[in-house]
Amino acid sequence: MKFSILIYGSPHNSQAVHTAYRYTKAALAAGHEVHRVFFYGESVLSGSFLNAPQRDEQNIMQLWHELALHHDLDLVICIAAALKRGVLDPTEAKRHEKPAHNIEAPFQLSGLGQLTEAILLSDRLVTFGG
Amino acid sequence: MSTLHTLNKAPSNSSLWHDCQRALQAGDTLLLIENGVYGCADDTFTAQIIAADIKVYALRADLAARGITLSGDSGVAVASDDDFIRLSIENNKVISWF
Repeated sequence: MKFSILIYGSPHNSQAVHTAYRYTKAALAAGHEVHRVFFYGESVLSGSFLNAPQRDEQNIMQLWHELALHHDLDLVICIAAALKRGVLDPTEAKRHEKPAHNIEAPFQLSGLGQLTEAILLSDRLVTFGG
Repeated sequence: MSTLHTLNKAPSNSSLWHDCQRALQAGDTLLLIENGVYGCADDTFTAQIIAADIKVYALRADLAARGITLSGDSGVAVASDDDFIRLSIENNKVISWF
């Protein structure tokens, strides 16, 4: 079965990004396809590679990163939600004349069209709210 | 057509629980996740839902993280992450209450 995952919750104030990670991992382990993971709202903060959590805390960006590389996952961060929170890839950093970026592959910035397409092409959309 | 409902807030968020309860139809499944598992402590609520032909589950990892043990006669079943996937497939759609 083909799943897509939509995440709203902040990685700091909610469990959403962590629950979604466990769900995605379990779906992949059961042999299902995860078409896309869409980070929306506050959840876009989990894509920043400048996050530096304490060593005894989970680094959720790193966990998603590894899962995506292992399973060739499509991790899309909503570009509008990201830009206003200072989550930028090199192209957007340049366009907005910012001195740094904090997003790199396998995370990518894109628009709501990617969410719409994921809803149309997936058997199930599972949402993890904040 | 049956629906899997997930609910991630404690019953202290009474309007969310009320809205969710109103949306539940006979044959649906309610999965309590994250702080939603605190709802297991309210037997009257879960008993009411179960009586309306709705299956109620609570996610194991979230119960464990909060030190909650279900009593055998609560009627609430424990779900693993694999069960969460299975329930998402068995039902026609998934609605998330948060």
